Amino acid sequence: MALMLMAVPRENRAVFRWGAILATLGSLVLALFVFAKFEPNTDLTSINHGYAFVQTAEWIPALGISFHVGVDGVSVLLVLMAAIVAFAAACCASGIKAREKEFAILLLLMTGGILGAFMALDIFLMYFLHELALIPTFIMIGVWGRGENREFAAYKTTLYLSLGALLALVGLIMIYLHYETFNLPDIIHRIQADHGDLMTTGQQGLVFALLMFGLGILVGLWPFHTWAPLAYGAAPTATAMMHAGVIKKFGLFMLIRVALPILPDGAQQWLPVLAWLCLGNLLYCGLVAMRQKDLNGLISNSSVAHMGFVFLGIASMTFIGLTGSVMVMVAHGLLAALAFALSGHLHQQARTLDMDKLGGLLTVMPFWGTLLLMAVLAGCGLPGFANFAGEITVFFGAWKTIPLITGIAAWAALVIGAVYMLRAARQLLHGPRADDAPHTDDIPGWHKLPFIILLGALLLFGFAPKLLTNKIETASESLEHVVEMYKRK
Amino acid sequence: MNLTLISLEIGVALLGVLVLLAGLWTPPNRQHLLGFCTALGLTIVLALLVKQGVAVDPITDSSGGFVLDGLAVFFKALFLLAGILVTLLTMGFSNRLRTAGAEVYALNCFALCGMLFAASANSFVMLFVSIELITITFYVLTSLQSHRLRSLEAGVKYLILGAAASAIMVFGIALIYGSAHTLQFNFIANGLAAGHMKQLLLFQLGALLLLAGLAFKIAAVPFQVWAPDVYQGAPTPVTAFLAIGSKAAGFVLLLRVLYTAFQVQPDGPRLLEPAALLSLMAAATILFGSLCALRQRNLKRLLGYASIASAGYALLGIVALNERGAAAVLVYLAGYLFAIVAAFTVISILTPDDEDEDLSILAELHQRSPMMAVTLTLAVASLAGIPPLAGFIGKFLLLRAVIEPTATFPWLVSVALLGVVASLYYYFGIIREIFWGTGQWWTEKKPESARIKLADSQVVVLLICLLGMLVLGLYPQPLLELATDAVQVLKLAN
Repeated sequence: MALMLMAVPRENRAVFRWGAILATLGSLVLALFVFAKFEPNTDLTSINHGYAFVQTAEWIPALGISFHVGVDGVSVLLVLMAAIVAFAAACCASGIKAREKEFAILLLLMTGGILGAFMALDIFLMYFLHELALIPTFIMIGVWGRGENREFAAYKTTLYLSLGALLALVGLIMIYLHYETFNLPDIIHRIQADHGDLMTTGQQGLVFALLMFGLGILVGLWPFHTWAPLAYGAAPTATAMMHAGVIKKFGLFMLIRVALPILPDGAQQWLPVLAWLCLGNLLYCGLVAMRQKDLNGLISNSSVAHMGFVFLGIASMTFIGLTGSVMVMVAHGLLAALAFALSGHLHQQARTLDMDKLGGLLTVMPFWGTLLLMAVLAGCGLPGFANFAGEITVFFGAWKTIPLITGIAAWAALVIGAVYMLRAARQLLHGPRADDAPHTDDIPGWHKLPFIILLGALLLFGFAPKLLTNKIETASESLEHVVEMYKRK
Repeated sequence: MNLTLISLEIGVALLGVLVLLAGLWTPPNRQHLLGFCTALGLTIVLALLVKQGVAVDPITDSSGGFVLDGLAVFFKALFLLAGILVTLLTMGFSNRLRTAGAEVYALNCFALCGMLFAASANSFVMLFVSIELITITFYVLTSLQSHRLRSLEAGVKYLILGAAASAIMVFGIALIYGSAHTLQFNFIANGLAAGHMKQLLLFQLGALLLLAGLAFKIAAVPFQVWAPDVYQGAPTPVTAFLAIGSKAAGFVLLLRVLYTAFQVQPDGPRLLEPAALLSLMAAATILFGSLCALRQRNLKRLLGYASIASAGYALLGIVALNERGAAAVLVYLAGYLFAIVAAFTVISILTPDDEDEDLSILAELHQRSPMMAVTLTLAVASLAGIPPLAGFIGKFLLLRAVIEPTATFPWLVSVALLGVVASLYYYFGIIREIFWGTGQWWTEKKPESARIKLADSQVVVLLICLLGMLVLGLYPQPLLELATDAVQVLKLAN
């Protein structure tokens, strides 16, 4: 089942643009199916306990690497989010006029890779598929990117992200050397057994640091986030949607999935550091976003800032905090995709994103303007959007363990967020139209569809966060176990 | 000596002689047929090797200087494959050599013969003779384009430095003989184990000099100076052969000398502790190669520096001093074969006669020949170690071997990572030029845009390389098994 989901995006290449849309639609339907039918394995003796739709096949037995996929309560949400964003991104790819074929292939490769990475239960496969999704990003920025800076952006992104991935790989190899297998459920099973088979504290500290900083670079952890605004500023719309929305979440996913359960002692050493660094994301990137004149710069900085909430949730190490983190990941994936899609449309129409040159867009582009307003409100964390549900959960969780940082985060981040978001809305949507403002058209006909889907999902999960928490609940056992292991001392 | 044991080597040498003779009666316009025949002959030899398979017990000749075991068979297959690909590549290149026809194919065969012997060398005599056979042939091959000054220059440089390296190596062998009274690897090992070795200092000095000679072959720092010049100057097919064949021969000899003759083991007799020396060498090699390649614009020179760095990565597997490391070297070299031959094939097709291989020749390649663009992109991605290509598996295994929890080389791993990131930078430069390069931006000249038509032999080489990179990357299991079996004979700790 999950295997099919992986195979689909690779095969349809016939009629490129429509092929891409249909293929991602197919994976969206499959993801919805998985989401609806999701029922974790409750057999306590089974090694796949807690997972559903498990598929296993031999791949490289000599190295203990297998093709092992399946979903649990956390990954099923991310898979659904990824499929929604992929579909929307494929719809928004129509702005690409040159070499559509290659673009469609890369987009599908990205989708297939990242969906697979979220489902992989083998650490090597997880890493492998994530790389597969990451590499098209570099090529897409370089070939189809916009602006003077795209080559530099492609270079810098490649170097930063590759370094991050390599650091993480070294950490994963060290885990492998201890457990002699890459099979994640197997490793966790061995840790949960009575005589927990853990690495020594010193090793755990080193591996956790490698994973935290390696994956942190991938996610844009302050102060390693400087690639992000550059990359998103230069990336074509669909790529920015996919990367900011989905692929960036992989680093967080791997932290929750691999680093926390396997390295409880390492987490104890490093999570306090992470807690302070996440303030860097929330405050520093928020302040930078405030000074942006370019809409894309604002969105990318705010998207880096939002990652701070997820890090805060992880650093809190409470069940509620972790739940909140996953919710923010889902919500922010949808929001980032929506925001980049909107700015992509504006760029396509106006050929500029300089907020000083634009204004009064609500009167010319009512549909676009309304959507932007909604996205801005969601970004501020207004109740009714999924982001609010996630962020408030993170705060509830984090308050218990790290009240000081949570307090600073709640006050400062939300205020800063509101300031830059509302400023953007004021400048773009209201106010007088400049005389030399470029002509812009609203989003035509069926092109409205991806925007509606993204916003719909945001609102749906905002009004009914139970849809999310119910699924996460099913993974509560493993998450709570993580928390227990952490508090054991 | 048992002649059936060396039937493959005899076959290849005979093939060379036959081609040379046939060349006398072949008119110039049909010389390419000879290339076809050579490739066919080598394919038959490879088929025979595969059919013969790996014997359960290693077979040695009466004196014990020649051994046919899993390791030898693995490397012989590697060399033959490289030989076939290079011969096919030469066919498309032969009109640019001007002076030569049959000689090129014959010389390729002779160098190949030397490599096959190197794969089986089990005594220092065999080691020296096979190395000399390879190196002397390459002196000639390098300077084959006698109308190009660069080619001659490269040949002379290689000759002088190579001769010096041989002299050092033979001196080392003499010292080893002086203290061990034997040249056969197993006897030396026995002597070391039994503690019979007198004049230990002499022996150690000899070993050091010998290692220097081998380091010259694989172009490891500080014996790397020749590589960029020779890589740039030699005719492109020769460069390809040099990059994979000569280097791999150096590695198989290094493996045998270190593990069979000197019995270097983490917990073995503490006569030689080359791990520290080798790790220093590996780190310096990686750094030198990567840093020099960063600003390089000449493609062949760039790949020359990159190949220095690759030798450094492969050395990581030897530094690890365990079976995994040795197997990783084998896997890495197998992946390297396809990637480097693919890269040099594209370069040889693209370079206009007698001109520099500046990066700008790649401009518009994706329009001129999508197949070459894709192949070169995947080749450099594989060299950079990006999944899902063969190079990734190789680098992954090497890293894994060197990151043992007990290992004392965290700095070595950091250097390797630094090298990988730097390599992404310069390899990415190649990919950038293919897809969005603007040609010679410093002149008014527009890049070529005419479509390139490939000869059949070139298409075959490119397809084999593509297939090799993808299959080894996506399904490395058979290769891993082969490599693990092959290094069993080295009797290493797990």
